[in-house]
Amino acid sequence: MALSTPESDQRGFRDPGNGLRFAVVCALSIALMVADNRVNLLQDIRRVLAASAFPLQVLVDSPAALGRWLGENGATRSRLLKENEALRAATLEQGARLQRMAVLEAENERLRALLDSTAKVGDRVLIAEIMSVDTDPFRQRVVINKGSQDDTFIGQALIDADGVVGQITRDQIFSSQAILITDAEHALPVEVLRTRQRTIANGTGQLDRLSLPFLPRNTDIATGDLLVTSGLGGIFPPGYPVAVVSKVATDSGTEFLNVEAEPAAALSRVREVLLIWPGAQTPTDLLGPAAETLPEPALPEPTDTVPPDSGQETAEPEAIPADGDQA
Amino acid sequence: MSRRNVPRWPVWLTMIGAAALMTLPLPDALTAYRPAWATLVLIYWIMMWPGRFGLGAAWAIGLLLDVLQGATLGQHALALTVVAYITLRFHLQIRIFPLWQLTATVFALLGLEAFILFWIDGVAGNPPAGAARWSQVVTGAVLWPFVMAMMDRLRERLERRDARFA
Repeated sequence: MALSTPESDQRGFRDPGNGLRFAVVCALSIALMVADNRVNLLQDIRRVLAASAFPLQVLVDSPAALGRWLGENGATRSRLLKENEALRAATLEQGARLQRMAVLEAENERLRALLDSTAKVGDRVLIAEIMSVDTDPFRQRVVINKGSQDDTFIGQALIDADGVVGQITRDQIFSSQAILITDAEHALPVEVLRTRQRTIANGTGQLDRLSLPFLPRNTDIATGDLLVTSGLGGIFPPGYPVAVVSKVATDSGTEFLNVEAEPAAALSRVREVLLIWPGAQTPTDLLGPAAETLPEPALPEPTDTVPPDSGQETAEPEAIPADGDQA
Repeated sequence: MSRRNVPRWPVWLTMIGAAALMTLPLPDALTAYRPAWATLVLIYWIMMWPGRFGLGAAWAIGLLLDVLQGATLGQHALALTVVAYITLRFHLQIRIFPLWQLTATVFALLGLEAFILFWIDGVAGNPPAGAARWSQVVTGAVLWPFVMAMMDRLRERLERRDARFA
């Protein structure tokens, strides 16, 4: 091996500065960890650091992005035609369903007005793409390509076409990091659509499973029941589908049912997600059913409060009233 | 042969590339075996060019990993600094080890790093990563000879170029 002059080696070896430097750097790291973990002082610093690391993530994502681009551009005409046809059929079908939705929404708002409770308008949404970038390999986090320059905020809900995906945990400037609902650290207030039983759905660390650990043994719940967000946590707007109950078992020896559910969103395959700005554009409106103006009884378009450009659209309004029941 | 004029940027490039490699999406089955590329590369450069790369480089790369992985800020920075310090302290011994001993040393260093990360997770209240954290250590050690061969080639080229210009 081409070893070098002793002089340059000695520098690393006997340099009395190294021990001191080591101590300083260690202390600095520990201070950083405490500041980041306990006091949350480092939001802004982390945001800047993450933004400067963003080009690296774009680079890592680029092969996958290229693959997607090639897939889109190299599609054959016949496949495009077929896909177009399928999409058109789907739009027609959903449009038909949406017509009824508009009537139901109007009726719902009228009834709510009678009850003097909060009316809900459509949520603002924005499409974001999940980047092909792994974060911590041991947790279920994803990086999406929208950040605080697109008004994302920490705690913002992510959904896809089928259900709730997760929420933003770190909003960096050009990208955000989100936690999936199946992450072992995630818990989500849900209710059973059929019985309106409220409970908590915990992540398990597996992409296809949520667990509902807090249901008493006599709870009315069965496989196939749909779980929707209850809106009680103040993060997810109420009424979005979360999961379908896949297993209900009674274990002798515990007071609780052993219930598992399968997420409605295809978490392992999802590429594009919708970011939701709940209710009337501000996240705070979600909290507390503050009195709002009475809605017009006239039939609304699915209330569109979105700037017309930038690929945004309204999500479907919720079908479930969120408050006022007792289990 | 003096190495004073050897350009540093290729080395930084390998370290940043290694960090990027750690965020490259892998098939689910392989994720648990993803080696800590950045640690391997860092150990190599500190061992070979101790005067040029040391604790500062380790800390910076660690911080980059923290940001990329969304970990607690300082977690990888601390773990890599410890690994770097030990490597720096013993680089003269390590460097003349035969390959199998060197690989064993790298295995131990990777294990130490994994343990520090695991420990910090525990203190910070993050859920433990499970067996994956340890299977990475094995993969890392297994891949060390290949990493070393590649880095050797790069280093020799850099040093040769420097000799030509010096």
